[in-house]
Amino acid sequence: MCLAIPAKIVEIEGKDAVVDYGELKQKIRLDLLEDVKIGDYVLVHVGYAIQKLDEEEAKETLRILEELASLEE
Amino acid sequence: MQKYEFERGLAQKIASKIAELIKDEELTIMHVCGTHEVSIARYGLRHLLPKNLHVIMGPGCPVCITPQSEVDASIKLAEDGVTITTFGDLLKVPGRNTSLADVEGDVRMVQSIDKAVEIAEKVKNDVVFFAVGFETTAPSTAALLKRGAPENFFIIPSHRYIPPAMRWLLSQGDANIDGFILPGHVSTIIGVRPYREFSVPQVIAGFEPLDILYGLYMLVKQIKEGRCEVENAYTRAVREEGNPVAQKIMNEVFYPIDSEWRGFPLIEKSRMALREEYERFDALEHFQIKLESVKKETGCICEKVLRGLAVPDDCKLFAKKCTPQHPVGPCMVSFEGACRIWFKYGERIRE
Ligand code: SF4
Repeated sequence: MCLAIPAKIVEIEGKDAVVDYGELKQKIRLDLLEDVKIGDYVLVHVGYAIQKLDEEEAKETLRILEELASLEE
Repeated sequence: MQKYEFERGLAQKIASKIAELIKDEELTIMHVCGTHEVSIARYGLRHLLPKNLHVIMGPGCPVCITPQSEVDASIKLAEDGVTITTFGDLLKVPGRNTSLADVEGDVRMVQSIDKAVEIAEKVKNDVVFFAVGFETTAPSTAALLKRGAPENFFIIPSHRYIPPAMRWLLSQGDANIDGFILPGHVSTIIGVRPYREFSVPQVIAGFEPLDILYGLYMLVKQIKEGRCEVENAYTRAVREEGNPVAQKIMNEVFYPIDSEWRGFPLIEKSRMALREEYERFDALEHFQIKLESVKKETGCICEKVLRGLAVPDDCKLFAKKCTPQHPVGPCMVSFEGACRIWFKYGERIRE
């Protein structure tokens, strides 16, 4: 139940928003976040955005993983 | 957003880095999140990892750790004509005599607490939302109660805090835990700080298979280097301070009280009770329901599974008498229960 899915904010009206999961759109609430903008990626859990995702950090983790995998013994 | 596609090649390389680090030492690592277990079983991660690295699941399934007394309370309310709303995961959990799925009454599955309130706005009778879940889920309940809900709307306050359960497990020492993989989405809310009180190696990890392998790599490295820290392998979603807005809302509505968990005795300050201003939403108070724990002998060993003392295929009933169609214990019901996950993905570690 702690599954939270990344989605992109496409509409905002007050604390109501619409997110796009790629194939599916859903109405969600923004009570738990401040300063959310259209185009932001958020984690959605039981109909609420619980955090903004940091794109730079996402790239960085993947870079570290690839670097780690390419290290020779 | 960057995609974390599962690349077996990359995963295998990280797994072999873990093997190089661990050498022949036996290490036991506990995670406390059903969503982690789903990724581990679904992508067969245990079988990529060295055999001497034991990854076990602790009390990470909110539905599973909800004690039977609270499940029985919801069933009793349904029998008395109250509409019960809850997440689908809970419906088939066996209570003393029946389950929410089988009881004669109005029981409805909802995706969020907002949907439960929409039901309350449409019907005349009382509507109760069975509020289970850890810190990931509780802020949504709190936010809704702060906004206000109709007179006929109540909740069974069953949300629980993860750190007190870890504290209890560590104080017992019976699972011999060398380190913890911390739950990514609980940490999204509470941040890194609350775990620092535990003097055991810990790493916060995300949920893609690569996230978990990365977390395990960092954790094994930390253990091998003799460090004892809280590290973060899920920086795209977890900040040092967590989500302060969500914490504030959660703390305004709830406060911690001592409480029983399934599989555990009383754990100090582990359940979220409603503060005075929000007490009127408490279904247990309003309908004067006493929680009663009744021991039921079924042969189910969920209690051990939830403490990391047994794995599902240690249970004699697993995949025989106990299946998702006919669950004997809650760990076979919830999508986050270890038994259900192992059944679905064919995970086994015993011969
Ligand atoms: S397999 Fe069924 S009976 Fe056995 S521990 Fe799991 S839920 Fe309980």
